[in-house]
Amino acid sequence: MTQTNLRSGPDANGLFGAFGGRYVAETLMPLVLDLAREYEAAKADPEFLEQLAYFQRDYIGRPNPLYFAERLTEHCGGAKIFFKREELNHTGAHKVNNCIGQVLLAKRMGKKRLIAETGAGMHGVATATVAARFGLPCVIYMGATDIERQQANVFRMKLLGAEIVPVTAGTGTLKDAMNEALRDWVTNVDDTFYLIGTVAGPHPYPAMVRDFQSIIGKETREQLFAKEGRLPDSLVACVGGGSNAMGLFHDFLDDQSVQIIGVEAGGHGVDTDKHAASLNGGVPGVLHGNRTYLLQDEDGQITDAHSISAGLDYPGIGPEHAWLHEIKRVDYVSITDDEALAAFHTTCRLEGIIPALETSHALAEAIKRAPTLPKDHLMVVCLSGRGDKDMQTVMSHMAAQEKQA
Amino acid sequence: MSRLEHRFAELKAEGRAALVTFVTAGDPGYDASLAILKGLPAAGADVIELGMPFTDPMADGVAIQLATLRALEAGQTLAKTLQMVREFRVGNQTTPIVLMGYYNPIHRFGVEAFVAQAKDAGVDGLIIVDLPPEHDAELAAPAQAAGIDFIRLTTPTTDDVRLPRVLERSSGFVYYVSVAGVTGAGSATTEHVSEAIARLRRHTDLPVSVGFGIRTPEQAAAIARLAEGVVVGSALVDKIAQAKSEEQAVGDVLALCSALAEGVRGARKA
Repeated sequence: MTQTNLRSGPDANGLFGAFGGRYVAETLMPLVLDLAREYEAAKADPEFLEQLAYFQRDYIGRPNPLYFAERLTEHCGGAKIFFKREELNHTGAHKVNNCIGQVLLAKRMGKKRLIAETGAGMHGVATATVAARFGLPCVIYMGATDIERQQANVFRMKLLGAEIVPVTAGTGTLKDAMNEALRDWVTNVDDTFYLIGTVAGPHPYPAMVRDFQSIIGKETREQLFAKEGRLPDSLVACVGGGSNAMGLFHDFLDDQSVQIIGVEAGGHGVDTDKHAASLNGGVPGVLHGNRTYLLQDEDGQITDAHSISAGLDYPGIGPEHAWLHEIKRVDYVSITDDEALAAFHTTCRLEGIIPALETSHALAEAIKRAPTLPKDHLMVVCLSGRGDKDMQTVMSHMAAQEKQA
Repeated sequence: MSRLEHRFAELKAEGRAALVTFVTAGDPGYDASLAILKGLPAAGADVIELGMPFTDPMADGVAIQLATLRALEAGQTLAKTLQMVREFRVGNQTTPIVLMGYYNPIHRFGVEAFVAQAKDAGVDGLIIVDLPPEHDAELAAPAQAAGIDFIRLTTPTTDDVRLPRVLERSSGFVYYVSVAGVTGAGSATTEHVSEAIARLRRHTDLPVSVGFGIRTPEQAAAIARLAEGVVVGSALVDKIAQAKSEEQAVGDVLALCSALAEGVRGARKA
C-alpha cells in the first residue's frame, strides 16, 4: 500500500485541488464561515460525537448489514458481489446519515428552522424526519416536475409535518429547488439552518456531508474484514451530487489496491442531450457555491439534466468527485435509463430487494463488470436506497414498453 | 480618473446623489434592450448596471429571474452583452456602465478574454454576486489590473470584522444591499440605512450606493438624502414584464427612470 494521502482534503478554503470553494453571495458568507467554525468545534467535541453515535445506532439502525448477494453473484458468474444495505436505514436510504449529523449541529448552533432542497424526495423525507424528531419547523423546496413523479415521498413529508414548496422555475427539478432554498436562506439568515443533502454547495458542506456519510465506508471495511479477512477489490456507487458514493469511497481512497467506480446517470446516452453525467459530459464551472463539473452550454448557461431517477437529475456533482476524477483515483462511468431499469428488475427478481432507480445505476454497472472479473474479486455495491418511491415511474415505463411491443 | 470616479466626483460637486439603474441585457430582446440602454442617460440615469443573464440567478427575486429568462429566450449571450456596451459607447463616453451577474458565464468565456473584451467595449465596473473576497484572485485582481472597477456588495450581515476584508479590493463605489434577501424584496427603513452608511463611512471613503427594495421616486429621494447613490432595478424590470409591446417597454422604463431621477435630484433641495 502506498502512503498517499487523499483523505485530508479540502484545504482551509474548502478546495479539493481546483474544485470546491465558497462561491456565494456576501449575505451568506458570514453564515458559511460561521458554519465551518461550528462544525470544526463539533467534530472535536466528544459529547457531540457521542450524541451522533447514539442516533446512528438507536434511531437510524446502524450498523446496517453488508450482505453477500449470492444469487446476483451466481447470475453474473464472476466477482463476488456484496451490498452495503443503506436502504435498510430508517427512512429507506443513506440520506438520513447526513441529516442526523446536520440537525444535531443545527440544534447546537441554536437554529430555529430547517430548510432543504430535494430531488427524488429521499433527502426531503430524511430532513422532515429529523425535523419532527427534534421539534424544528421545516420547509422543503422541491421541483414541480419532481413533485409530480414522487407523489409518495411528497405525502410522507407532509405526514412528518414539513411544508413543501413547489418550485416551478427552470425545469422544476433539483437545481431549481436548490436555487430556491438558497433564496430562502439569504432572506432568513438569522434563524435558519440550510440542510444540504449532498456533497456539494459552499465549503464546509461538501466535507461535512462526506464526513457524516463516511460511516458507510468505515462499516464496510470492518464488515468485509470480518467476512473475508481483507479489503474489497472494487467499490461501486451511483453519483448524482454524490453523497452515498463519497460516503462509501472516502475511507478507501488511500488503499490503492481498491478500484473505485462512480456511476453517473447516462439518461438516453451521454452522446445525446438528455443525460445527467456531469463528469463524462460536462466542463468545469461555478454553481451553487462551488467550482465543479457542470452541464452547460458554450455561453456558460446551465443546461437541463435528464435522468429517469429524480435523485440523479442534477447538472453538477460534488467537488471532491470532480477532483478524484481529475487525479484519476476514481473511474466515473455512466449507465443509461434502460440499463438501470434492467438492473432494477434483475435485483428485484434475484435478490428480493427493490432498489431505488438511483441505486439501480450502480447495480447495472456491477452486473456489467462482475462477469469479466475472477471469482475471488470482492465487489461492494452501495445499495443506497429502496425503490418504493419509484413504483409510479417504473409502472409507467413498463406500460410504455408494452405499448411499443 | 475612471468614468465611475469622475461621475461620482461630478455629482458630489453638484451636491446630489447618483441614480443607478439596473436592467438585464437583452430583456425583452436585443434591440429593445439597446434602445433602453441608449435612452437611460437622457432619462436621468447617472450610472447604469447592466445584468448579464444567467440561468440560475440564486440571489435574485422573481422580477429579475423572469427578466433573465426573457433575455435568454431572446438569444442573449455574454458576447452580445459586450456588443451592446460597444454600441452604447458609440454615442456615450461619459455614463459609467457596470456589468452585474454571476461568475459562471465569465468562467466559461475565459477570464482573460472577458476582461480584455470588456475593457475594450467600454465596461467600467463589475459586480459578481457569487465571487466573495475569498476568490479575489480569480477575477477581481485581473479586472482591476486592466482598469475595470470591482464593486463589492456589503450587506446587513457584513459585520465590522468582515467589512475590511470586503472593502479591501472594492473600487468605484460600494454597493450596500439594504436588506438580507433577494433582489426586489421588501425595503429597509431609513434609520437602518443611515446607520449602515455611518458604519461603512468608518471603513471607506468610496461612494456608497444603496439598493434592494427601492421602487418609487419618494423612496429614491429618501435614500438620496443619505447615500451617494440610489440603485433601482426590479421596479424598472417590472415595467418590461408588464408592457404589451417592445415600444411600450422602452417607453415605460424610460418614463419611470425620469420620475426616479426627479426624485433623486430634488431630494437634497427639499
